[in-house]
Amino acid sequence: MNRLTLTLSTLLLALFAALPARAEVKIQEVTSPGGLTAWLVEEPSLPFLSLEIRFRGGASLDLPGKRGATNLMAALIEEGAGELDARSFAEARDGLAASYRFDVYDDALSVSARFLTENRDAAVALLRSALTAPRFDQAAIDRVRGQVLSNLQSRATDPMEILGEAADRLAFGDHPYGSYQGGTVESVTALTRDDVIAAFKGAVARDRIYLGAVGDITAEELGLLLDELFAGLPETGAPIPAPVPYGLPKGGVTVIPFDTPQSIARFAHTGITRDDPDFFAAYVLNEILGGGGFNSRLMDEVREKRGLTYGISTYLVAKDLSEYVTGQVSSQNATMGEVVDVVRAEWRKIATEGITAEELSAAQTYLTGAYPLRFDGNGPIARILVGMQMDDLGIDYIATRNDKIRAITLEDINRVAARIYDPDALHFVIVGQPEGVE
Amino acid sequence: MKRLLSLAASLAAVLTNPALAREVTDFTLDNGMQVVVIEDHRAPVVVNMVWYRVGAADEASGKSGIAHFFEHLMFKATDELESGELSRIVEANGGSDNAFTSQDYTAYFQRVAADRLELMMQMEADRMRDLTLTEEEVATERNVILEERATRTDSDPGALFREQMNAAAYLNHPYGVPIIGWRHEIEQLDYADALSFYRTYYAPNNAIAVIAGDVDPEEVRALAEKYYGVLEPSPDLPERARPQEPPQLAERRLSFSDPRVGRPYLVRRYQAPERDPGDQETAAALVYLAEILGGEGATSVLGRALQFENPKAVFTSAGYRGTSLDDASFSLVAAPVDGISLEEMEAAMDAVIAGFFETGIDPEQFSRLKMQLRASEIYEQDNVQTLADEYGRSLTSGLTLEDVAAWPDVLQAVTEEEVMEAARMVFDRRRSVTGFVRPENGEMTQ
Repeated sequence: MNRLTLTLSTLLLALFAALPARAEVKIQEVTSPGGLTAWLVEEPSLPFLSLEIRFRGGASLDLPGKRGATNLMAALIEEGAGELDARSFAEARDGLAASYRFDVYDDALSVSARFLTENRDAAVALLRSALTAPRFDQAAIDRVRGQVLSNLQSRATDPMEILGEAADRLAFGDHPYGSYQGGTVESVTALTRDDVIAAFKGAVARDRIYLGAVGDITAEELGLLLDELFAGLPETGAPIPAPVPYGLPKGGVTVIPFDTPQSIARFAHTGITRDDPDFFAAYVLNEILGGGGFNSRLMDEVREKRGLTYGISTYLVAKDLSEYVTGQVSSQNATMGEVVDVVRAEWRKIATEGITAEELSAAQTYLTGAYPLRFDGNGPIARILVGMQMDDLGIDYIATRNDKIRAITLEDINRVAARIYDPDALHFVIVGQPEGVE
Repeated sequence: MKRLLSLAASLAAVLTNPALAREVTDFTLDNGMQVVVIEDHRAPVVVNMVWYRVGAADEASGKSGIAHFFEHLMFKATDELESGELSRIVEANGGSDNAFTSQDYTAYFQRVAADRLELMMQMEADRMRDLTLTEEEVATERNVILEERATRTDSDPGALFREQMNAAAYLNHPYGVPIIGWRHEIEQLDYADALSFYRTYYAPNNAIAVIAGDVDPEEVRALAEKYYGVLEPSPDLPERARPQEPPQLAERRLSFSDPRVGRPYLVRRYQAPERDPGDQETAAALVYLAEILGGEGATSVLGRALQFENPKAVFTSAGYRGTSLDDASFSLVAAPVDGISLEEMEAAMDAVIAGFFETGIDPEQFSRLKMQLRASEIYEQDNVQTLADEYGRSLTSGLTLEDVAAWPDVLQAVTEEEVMEAARMVFDRRRSVTGFVRPENGEMTQ
């Protein structure tokens, strides 16, 4: 038995001494003959390409009274283009075994395409027709609008969605961040074909495009592909709205009564921007307080020690136009009051006492070791390449990111803990029938 | 259109070349533990998995939830590691870990840099036989499980309905009991239940290691012999012979309402055969049937008829998952547009199915599906965890490595006639459950 203990610790020592695995991702910057820039990782071992296209703006471009227009538009891009109606388009795409996925986020419209090398030209031509000549047939608009409305009606009785919408409304009011990107039954019902076309023109343009490609293609081929794909794309889109301060009330609890055995809570206060010099320290702090794994302080206190929840997580959110620190937890109505108290106490503790050298070291080891695991497949890597460009991180970011995590000192991170975490500002929004909350 | 179709046809020829054979090695240790190694050297990463051939359907009657409960307890103390230490060590090595339980298996995995594989295998070997549970840990974790049930089932009307639907689908087989367990039975699970479950099922002769990534099979073999090879097998491992279904002779119908349901929908579920060793043809035909009837909305039989041509539904789909130790199921879902009742929706759906038996399969749709299934073989190679999952799920569902290797060819060999034959066999209302889901009458309680 002792033998195993010895071996374990010997192994651990050996491992800590070794350098963590490096993410070997060789990125090329490709400029097309037509002037488009993309980041490329050549990966010829499998005969397909993942292409990630992102247009900055996304659902935030919705005009007042037109909430949900970008979302509806994105759901319609594949519903017929050029000569092809919705069904013919789907048949052509499936016959090529290609896939195009359109997603709308608060700050971007993304297009994730995947196609076989053998089919590249036809798959690009089909995607080009969707991005430059979508039909937006009235029949398709009505059908997809029906699906969106159905979804909105289902959300209206889902406690998780009620929570998200209530917290966003309290924090951002009339700004697009303050409401669900899919819109409301009223706003979506009122959208016209002209609104959909306007949303398309506002969102899909050259002045806001970011490109990542990973797979079986050379730099030269990619340049030609991009010029082919985006020929005819308009130069400019709609203006992006102004930043908005995070406006959740400071301190206290907002309860939204809902008949359910288990309450759900979201808690938040203002955060820091992605380009803040303290961002990396804040990122490490979040990992220690309530990050993804089983070993965060909150997971330990609320789940492991007390059995009060199945899961509790916190997030450092840095959107283009606002930033905040938030978290979410669910617990039986009877125990939610205790959960709120524990979260507040942990918030106070990290703000006033900071973290220990051991916690910092463990988090640094974890985050630097986990980083290479993100690069697992063409699609995920293409998305990372685009994210790096949108956050203006520089093409050498992957090689230097772990050094930035390792460079954080205990003194520095505890200064940042005191700067960021504010137990008196933390506001809870709770959906359910929680007991013991003030 | 023409140009695209001919391109697709030429591609089919290219893809039949087996240029992408997976590098898979397997061996069995003297104590009965099976090891499968899948090589992928594109990134210095490994997925280390241990699958146990025990799931919720192997539980004793009245002990529902113990398989999943036990999965949580596997993260507690062993004679070498403190409670939670395994996950802390995985994190300290930059990895992530988790586990999952189904009706047929329980699996544990870590994703980590490839040079940390030995430590992961050492820790998995440790907890396979040397867990040291305490009464207190079991009691605290039971509360976590009850919270999990509250979060994932009791707070979700769709999940509650699926649980009821599932219970009605089986007259005798334990697949009718939810994986997480019925609340009143979870509340009664105790230390003795956990310990007896552990002693019986957690042993090398009931486990399969699946190790996928940047590894050398010979090195893995040496490590497996060193850490797993020394473990004692379980002498009294029960045979996996669950109570089987009697002939189902009466259609079942459910009506479910909940104030948290936003929109009505209906689900029809038929008993259907699963993939069996050496006999995967019917299951392969059902994979096509699901895609043909309810895959892509714009091209599927249900989508075209009910969403496009005569719009009565906002959503339709069909589903079939054939990897299962015992009987699988084939399901249809339809959500009506405003103004169409669930009764009308059901009648329209059945009329479309009846029409499908008249007109048969569109040959172009059939060849597109074949093409997509071929291409998915390439796309799947891109994610080593997906491959590892496929092997683990198949091997714990009674299939062999030969069956897994043959599956793509079995899929490619399916004919339109076989799909129609499978459809005629499956669509027997006596072996079906139909569930209507509605918002509760009156206002939301919000």
